[in-house]
Amino acid sequence: MPAREQEIFDRKIEEEIRIEPKDWMPADYRRMLIRQMSQHAHSEIVGMLPEGNWITRAPSLRRKATLIAKVQDEAGHGLYLYSATETLGITRDEMIEQLHAGMAKYSSIFNYPTLTWADIGAIGWLVDGAAIMNQVPLCRASYGPYARAMIRICKEESFHQRQGFEILLTLSRGSEAQKAMCQDAINRWWWPSLMMFGPNDDASPNSRLSMHWKIKRFSNDELRQKFVDACVDQVKTLNMLLPDSEIKWNENREHYDFGEINWEEFYEVIKGNGPCNRDRLEARKKAHAEGAWVREAAAAFAAKKNDSTKHLMYGSHTTS
Amino acid sequence: MEAIPPRENWPLWEVFIRARQGLDHKHAGSLHAADAQMAIENARDVYTRRNEGISIWVVESRYIHASSPAESGSFYDPANDKVYRHPGFYHLPDELKNM
Ligand SMILES: [Fe+2]
Ligand SMILES: [Fe+2]
Repeated sequence: MPAREQEIFDRKIEEEIRIEPKDWMPADYRRMLIRQMSQHAHSEIVGMLPEGNWITRAPSLRRKATLIAKVQDEAGHGLYLYSATETLGITRDEMIEQLHAGMAKYSSIFNYPTLTWADIGAIGWLVDGAAIMNQVPLCRASYGPYARAMIRICKEESFHQRQGFEILLTLSRGSEAQKAMCQDAINRWWWPSLMMFGPNDDASPNSRLSMHWKIKRFSNDELRQKFVDACVDQVKTLNMLLPDSEIKWNENREHYDFGEINWEEFYEVIKGNGPCNRDRLEARKKAHAEGAWVREAAAAFAAKKNDSTKHLMYGSHTTS
Repeated sequence: MEAIPPRENWPLWEVFIRARQGLDHKHAGSLHAADAQMAIENARDVYTRRNEGISIWVVESRYIHASSPAESGSFYDPANDKVYRHPGFYHLPDELKNM
């Protein structure tokens, strides 16, 4: 009875009642969630690569410890999201196969290289900052497991942004070379961070449907604007500049105007032609392949233990 | 390349965490692990990186049986018309204290 089921589903969405895994849901809602949530999970996992690049070269023990903790968190975020996506009837293996086959997307931002230590600061401030903008409203997503995973993630994200900003702040108060390094990182990460919010609203039909189903709560452009407004103020503390001469307070809109994003670049990166797309996928596939023996050994060990407990149970009649 | 076919991969476990002594274990999420020991260790790494728990339970997801949301109307029906199970059902004079 899809008509009646549809009615119940629509009423739940309308009344802000969360949809749970065993509830009936339209096939397109399920498809959209699987796509969005698995992309999100992949982004957390691939997102570890550009930062992992700097763990061994972090300038102090404190920086090394915090960077490891941050990257660990991102692994955790990936796991929360893979588990939440699995409740929709896809396995983690299938999702990972899709990623490795190049069929699944992840955030375009992780296809840019981390050239200097300052990039780790810029990633924390801008990339995690943009992610937080996106993720906070997702804590109210209509799909229960997604919303719950996002609540957990958001609690952990604010440390990520603060540690990044602290890195930049330290550099911004350092030598001329350190200041230059700080500004250079901001210059390179600013525009790709704005692209993280996705295409403009009029070019994003998916986003409209996602808002209709209350998965997303704000449009791409609304979130991007919030992010710009916040960063324009924050960059002053760093005494640095955002690389956009068109940023200007707009009295009527009560928001900052900003320049046009290079959408051509955005679509090229999405298509797989960014500076690091190939490297990232290769690194993921290599890590997965090199971990195969661990998975095998653990499975073999578990099977062996299972056998010996069975033997014990059937051999003696002492189980209570 | 992949030695273990997907079907034989690690089972799914549900994780329950007691946040503090005196509280119930509460469902925290799920994860994959080869066995119970690994599930507990992974749960520690995934769900208690910031002292969120002092005790972890794991149970393989396939052992959890759930009521069906489709029947929730009739299933909980027996409780619907028994308002007399709530204290507010009983009308007593205001001068009555400590009750
Ligand atoms: Fe994250
Ligand atoms: Fe993060």
